[in-house]
Amino acid sequence: MATPSLLLLLADGRFPAGAHAHSGGLEAAVAAGRVTDLATLEAFLAGRLATAGLVGAAFAAAAHRAAVPETVGRADALARLDAELDARTAAPALRAVSRRQGRALLRAGRAIWPDAAFADLPATPTGAHQPLVLGLLCAAAGLSRLETATIAAYGTLTGAASAGVRLLGLDPYRVQALLVGLADACDGTAADAARAADDPPERLPAAAAPLADIHAEIHATWEVRLFAS
Amino acid sequence: MRPDTVVPSAVPAVEPITPPATPPHDETVPHTHPEPGVDPHPPLARAGRALRVGIGGPVGSGKTALVAALCRAFADELRLGVVTNDIYTTEDADFLRRAGVLDPARIRAVETGCCPHTAIRDDIGANLDAVDELAEAVGPLDLVLVESGGDNLTATFSRGLVDRQIFVVDVAGGDKVPRKGGPGVTAADLLVINKTDLAPMVGADLAVMDRDARARRGDLPTLFLSIVGDPTATRVADWIRHELAHHAALHPLAVPVGPT
Repeated sequence: MATPSLLLLLADGRFPAGAHAHSGGLEAAVAAGRVTDLATLEAFLAGRLATAGLVGAAFAAAAHRAAVPETVGRADALARLDAELDARTAAPALRAVSRRQGRALLRAGRAIWPDAAFADLPATPTGAHQPLVLGLLCAAAGLSRLETATIAAYGTLTGAASAGVRLLGLDPYRVQALLVGLADACDGTAADAARAADDPPERLPAAAAPLADIHAEIHATWEVRLFAS
Repeated sequence: MRPDTVVPSAVPAVEPITPPATPPHDETVPHTHPEPGVDPHPPLARAGRALRVGIGGPVGSGKTALVAALCRAFADELRLGVVTNDIYTTEDADFLRRAGVLDPARIRAVETGCCPHTAIRDDIGANLDAVDELAEAVGPLDLVLVESGGDNLTATFSRGLVDRQIFVVDVAGGDKVPRKGGPGVTAADLLVINKTDLAPMVGADLAVMDRDARARRGDLPTLFLSIVGDPTATRVADWIRHELAHHAALHPLAVPVGPT
């Protein structure tokens, strides 16, 4: 039985899944001079929500759907989702980041819910994509599909917003106010993603941000990075 | 206090600024002993997994230099890996390679998103991944040194990440640092007060630092160090050897245990 507390716990940036080390592409966007202040940060976050946020939330919701106990062929379903998400992640650097975040989340999930269906995740050497692990984790916590999608969408916003505070020295109150302004959009994205999870994997959303892909590839070549992505 | 740690009862004398030549067994270094009947000296028993030692401390206190010194000390003795949370440049890698102390393949850098303390204390997954990746890349290890990013006096390592932690401060940071305390100074398994060769130049009183460290740390050990005079950090290396002996006794080869 899900409680509001478990929803809050899994959405909390302090949940130990490595979120603090990822800027969601913001570090590269700041270096490129594309994000410099609150207004450009807001535009960045809105774009991120509509692309990586929607896709990640839809795949988390779909993994959650596959995790319900009576599902047959769960491992096959998760393997298809993994391949479909790979296809939607054009930049090799971002594929690696998603799998790295999946490993971090899985490490936390295995320690907290040892009986969850993590063994059905595809046995890729570098780990499963983060949204798939999140879907299973949320199912193990008893959260709904919509709650799962909300955590995914919300995480794409808050991680980058927090990085903005650290990288640009922005006023934290105003950044939070900016997130309040994006809350409806975040909820809407989560609802869209949860509905989309009824579709087969190949029909899931495929919104892309080519500039973010290019930035991610450049970022991965930097000699010194403060953020892992 | 960890349940497996025995508090040494003897209060050590003030450490000399320049340590003497390495004795085979330096009893002036405060340390704990393994179970009776276990010889803590080489050849060391192989443990079921690597001993993980955190090295933390403020910016510029000499963490990387201590890591390099320990790599020199253990070069022909232990299978060694290093995870660094510091801002890590190719220059840093070159520093270790040029010094001939560590193959770059044995070093992993972890990005901390401007939150160096978070990566070693609150959210340790990336560091645990780096430890795992080292073992996968270069084979089983005896000792992994986890260097923190330069932080402040409140930074400590999670016990889920490291088995033991060393906190490094330096005399040039001011001789009042031990008095300020903070979890690094008060609770680290070993406090290293580094760059003692600079003490006369910066007007630092080592006796004051020693007295304050004692007051803050109770029976926990403190070592004074000058890597200029002791490029293999002899007494720190000896302390680690003792801890390795404990670790091997607690984590026998056949039964790998520990944080995962």
